[in-house]
Amino acid sequence: MISKVGRHSIRLVSELGELAGFSGKASVALPGQRHIMEKLTRSIFEIGVRCVPITLIVGLFTGLVLGLQLYYVLTKFSSESLLGQAVALSIILEIGPVFTAIMIVGQAGSALSAEIGIQRNAEQIDALHTMQINPIGFLVSPRLWAAIIAFPILTTFFDLIGIYGGYLTGVELLGVDPGAYWNRIYEAVSVQNIVNGLLKALVFGIVTTMICAFQGYYTHLKSDIPGARGVSQTTTRAVVYSSIAILMFDYLITSFQMAS
Amino acid sequence: MSEATTLKLRGLKKAFGEQVVLGGIDMDIPLGSHTTVIGKSGTGKSVLLKCISGLMAPDAGSIAAGDEKGAPPCSYMFQQNALFDSMTVEENVALPLREKGKAKATEIKKRVSDLLEQLDLTAARKKYPAEISGGMKKRVALARALITNPEIILFDEPTTGLDPQRKYSVFDMIRSYRKRFGFTVIMVSHDVPEVFEISDKIAWLDAGEIKYWGTPDDLLANPPEDLKPFLNPQLSPA
Ligand SMILES: Nc1ncnc2c1ncn2[C@@H]1O[C@H](COP(=O)(O)OP(=O)(O)O)[C@@H](O)[C@H]1O
Ligand SMILES: [Mg+2]
Repeated sequence: MISKVGRHSIRLVSELGELAGFSGKASVALPGQRHIMEKLTRSIFEIGVRCVPITLIVGLFTGLVLGLQLYYVLTKFSSESLLGQAVALSIILEIGPVFTAIMIVGQAGSALSAEIGIQRNAEQIDALHTMQINPIGFLVSPRLWAAIIAFPILTTFFDLIGIYGGYLTGVELLGVDPGAYWNRIYEAVSVQNIVNGLLKALVFGIVTTMICAFQGYYTHLKSDIPGARGVSQTTTRAVVYSSIAILMFDYLITSFQMAS
Repeated sequence: MSEATTLKLRGLKKAFGEQVVLGGIDMDIPLGSHTTVIGKSGTGKSVLLKCISGLMAPDAGSIAAGDEKGAPPCSYMFQQNALFDSMTVEENVALPLREKGKAKATEIKKRVSDLLEQLDLTAARKKYPAEISGGMKKRVALARALITNPEIILFDEPTTGLDPQRKYSVFDMIRSYRKRFGFTVIMVSHDVPEVFEISDKIAWLDAGEIKYWGTPDDLLANPPEDLKPFLNPQLSPA
């Protein structure tokens, strides 16, 4: 039992070490590439096209529900005028970055993992090696930098439409004063809050992209039976690990931000 | 290019866990020649090519061309073609030039379109790999291997899955390009004896060792006993 726990911990630590090394390579390999802007725009476009619709839909509904829930809590204390502030802060600091990241992982992260996994199995990664093209730089780096740019942008979309959703339920449906709703937001939300929220988005972008790319890139080593089954295994794993990592990092970053 | 005339493989060993795939391979491959590696499926022919190309690190042994360590620049034509399915035929062939080397965009365009013309692929140049036939994919992979003018091209079963006519046209292509550009061919093939016509040397890989190494004519004139069933396979009497 103890030895089993020990073995698993050793494997986890060595896996994390490999992931860190892989991420290091991916983050520095971009300048060695050609046509950087082309690759970067294509990657950003890929994430954007895949994820903008779902981000907007989920953002809107989250705002709607949040408006409803918080309204009923706040009326108990006769302070429904605080609704704008409550909705905005919970979305900007917490729900926006976390939900957006989970949506992107489901849409783009899984696709990334599967695509790179299939490329591994089809010898495309070996082909890049023989052409002296750095495969991590070619396949992973543009995706990483695209995520660094796209995660905060998509999170901002989520935040804005979520706050508007809160307005729709709170003001249009339940009759909170519109002036109060928007004013409380202006007064209560600081630049620091926004920065903190987007910082989370940035970290989630890096962590999840690296996890998804790493799983796909080494699908031949990480699956029981390499091949189609292996790719499905590693893709599932990429999504699960990414989701766990989002919540873990969320907790970590929040505690740091609270402390400072 | 160095003055080397041979590619020297010395004591190449490769094992996966318990399974010894290459048990110490020694070969002197004349540069500029065509060597064909034959042998049963699963004996390690692809592993041998991958070790030569540097894709796989051998457990022991060395590869050298003259005084230089390691093999000179190799192109590799993969068994499954390894084309990028999100790129068109044209983009696939241009890839090694676009991502490496000094060629300018206009020169790349010209070299790619000339080569596509020669390989009869011009009509397919805007198509994606999924939209063309297996034989065309092979030719695209060949074009991508040729485009950089490498010193050595490694071919892993370039004709597997092709009809007899296409098979000969691929062999023809390899022979005529080798004549023209003078690169070294190391090829894995099951197409015995057709492939003998274009080969200078035959290497028979079996149980991790080179059991035969010589010209096709010598091989046919005086085949080792174990190799006979491979050269002339027959159904066992019913
Ligand atoms: N990366 C690898 N990991 C483990 N075993 C491998 C690997 N590559 C090849 N092998 C094994 O080595 C043997 C030879 O494979 P290969 O060179 O592909 O055979 P072939 O002669 O048909 O090309 C096979 O038994 C295969 O299972
Ligand atoms: Mg093979």
